Amino acid sequence: MNPMPASYLWLIPLLPFAGFLINGTLGRKLPRALVSTVALLATALPAGLVAWLWATMRADGAPDAIHIVGRPFGYDWIAISGFHVDFAFAVDHLTLIMLGVVTGVGFLIHIYSVGYMAHEEGYWRFFAYLNLFMFFMSVLVLAESFLLLFVGWEGVGLASYLLIGFYFRKTSAANAGKKAFIVNRIGDFGFLLAMLLLIAHFGSLSFAQVFASIGQHPEWQGARFLTTIALLLVLGAAGKSAQIPLYVWLPDAMEGPTPVSALIHAATMVTAGIYMIARCHTLFDRSPIALTVVACIGAATAIFAASIGMVQHDIKRVLAYSTVSQLGYMFLACGVGAYAAGIFHLLTHAFFKGLLFLAAGSVIHALSGEQDMRKMGGLRTRIPLTFWCMSAGVFAIAGIPPLAGFFSKDEILYQTFNSPNPLGKLLWFVGLVTAGMTSFYMFRLWFKTFFGQPRFEEHGLEDDGAAVHARSSTTLTIEAEQEAHHGVHESPWIMLFPLVVLAILSVIGGWVGVPAAFGGHNEIAHFLDPVFANGNAAEAGATTGHGLGIGLAAISVLTALAGFYVAYLFYFKKPGTAAELADHNHAAYAVLRNKYWVDEFYSHYLVIPLQMFTRGILELIFERGIVNGSARFAGLATRTFAWFTRKQISGNIRSYAGWLAIGAAAVIAVMIFGRSLWGGL
Amino acid sequence: MVPTAYYLILAAILFSIGIVSFLIRRNIITIFISIELMLNAVNLTFVAFAHMWHQVSGQIFVFFVMVVAAAEAAVGLAIIISIFRTRQTLNVDEIDLMNS
Repeated sequence: MNPMPASYLWLIPLLPFAGFLINGTLGRKLPRALVSTVALLATALPAGLVAWLWATMRADGAPDAIHIVGRPFGYDWIAISGFHVDFAFAVDHLTLIMLGVVTGVGFLIHIYSVGYMAHEEGYWRFFAYLNLFMFFMSVLVLAESFLLLFVGWEGVGLASYLLIGFYFRKTSAANAGKKAFIVNRIGDFGFLLAMLLLIAHFGSLSFAQVFASIGQHPEWQGARFLTTIALLLVLGAAGKSAQIPLYVWLPDAMEGPTPVSALIHAATMVTAGIYMIARCHTLFDRSPIALTVVACIGAATAIFAASIGMVQHDIKRVLAYSTVSQLGYMFLACGVGAYAAGIFHLLTHAFFKGLLFLAAGSVIHALSGEQDMRKMGGLRTRIPLTFWCMSAGVFAIAGIPPLAGFFSKDEILYQTFNSPNPLGKLLWFVGLVTAGMTSFYMFRLWFKTFFGQPRFEEHGLEDDGAAVHARSSTTLTIEAEQEAHHGVHESPWIMLFPLVVLAILSVIGGWVGVPAAFGGHNEIAHFLDPVFANGNAAEAGATTGHGLGIGLAAISVLTALAGFYVAYLFYFKKPGTAAELADHNHAAYAVLRNKYWVDEFYSHYLVIPLQMFTRGILELIFERGIVNGSARFAGLATRTFAWFTRKQISGNIRSYAGWLAIGAAAVIAVMIFGRSLWGGL
Repeated sequence: MVPTAYYLILAAILFSIGIVSFLIRRNIITIFISIELMLNAVNLTFVAFAHMWHQVSGQIFVFFVMVVAAAEAAVGLAIIISIFRTRQTLNVDEIDLMNS
């Protein structure tokens, strides 16, 4: 046994934090090369540490979990009359996977950002925020208590807000940042209430203590308070992981720079909700109601978001809705108790969705900021490397074997089909339909972007520069480059390298979870066994029928192929079929195109009444009446008093002398009689 | 031996005369003299108490007060002369530049 010294574990979050401090305070004055060196070092070193941690934890006889408690400045972190929370980190196999994703993918995206943001104003600010995000995200996954997890949870929300609103001069970006933050707030409210209930019922927020306590009480199966806590946690997770009803912020979050979308809004932060549910699986396993809710939310979100994604024109928005949909899959997996499958999908999704976003960023870069797929096309030969990488991502997410997405998605569908949940078959069907839709919209994106006739104007890019720039965020950047390259160009190597790495991972990433039905060992599930030990009903199912597994896989592959074929027909063979179809089914198209009017619904029934409440009651009565009123009264009183005293300044020396005499007399009187009057104050 | 109270009463009378004339007189020189009167009333109490308690510190204070009064008289008279030169009057009621 070779336990990793605890002191090194602290470096995983602290190094990015140091990077944040350096870049955030001095970055403005430092040269760009130095800023990127600091930012890259601050993420590369933790990635190296995590690799070392992997090696340690996989060694024979390694403990299932490493647990360290920090005492900042030698004191307990929080200790109030019997209740106390440690500043504790814990590493188990689940944390290890999350850390791998966060630091590994995070590092790759940092590299990519160096190229992508090269000409951007506020370069140092971007990397400072990115490092800040890495700090909070590693705190989130390392935390050993609900409270510390919440610290990271809030922190990544803050970093996300800052990065979505990175182009804060653009109103839409600033608003998107605010929307993300406020919608997350609603979820955080649930999380906070759950924590308070946990304190009330368990007197502790430590994962180990709470879960041990649940384990000791078999009679709590389905207990109401556990269900309440679980449902409140689900609310928190739905906010962070963009599930119904709180998913609305994620598509808008695409206002941020593309690397941010890849890192925060695809690979890492949005999976925090799934991580949290998996982390609390002991709690959720005890509450069938909560699990069913999770599964239903997941399945509903998956199909809902996928259907919207089918008609979006903005390349990043397609990916955003796809992310929401894939997160729905992970929720579904957690909901049917297949946590390992959910984490597996989280892992592969981090690869292929990170890849897709980065590749989309490369496409946008090539077209000098164009994000509208209607103005793309025929890019296959112009930016071949991006094309090949993107293809790997598209095939992976569509579920074409043997790429990563196939294994993880199939595992989820298989587990759902086999789950004892009475809704299992229905949920499986929803998942299957979603898989078809996923395949359709991804290949739609693929065909529209890379095939067919170019629909952009080669030189228009420069002539219309101003118009494009006004519309799109990324363009501000590319002006300088534009002069050098003229028109469509492949991205620099520093951007392509992460693409290639992620493409390779998207292809082979799924092989760690090949199920037994295909002759594999589902290593990832076994790897996670120590964490989800009691909850692997899946294991029993896996042995019952290889035939069933292969059959279900065949069905989902066929669905994926059907999606591919429809996309091929619509957007390659006969472009315009889709438009015709949209014309014929005008109503249906309008519903999808307008995203089911959910944003409008929220705006009319929640935001506007709330605004009326704030303006009518809070502002009029509290703000103007009480707050302003008291301030104004204080001002008025001072002015009246000043007016009175001002009158005394007559310029008449003898009146001054009189006041002086009266004052002296008063002081003497107080000195002589005061003591007896106030009893010796 | 004269009781200390007599000195104190005399000092109080002198001090009161000083205050009253300070407040009611208009001539700046007179006001100045009343200040001197008040200071000397205080000096008298110091000396009286010093004598009563056989403490020398009271008399030392008197010297300090005299020195300060001399300095004050020098500065004050200079100011009075310059006021008289610019305004041709010593009536304090007419010296009211600070009246807004």
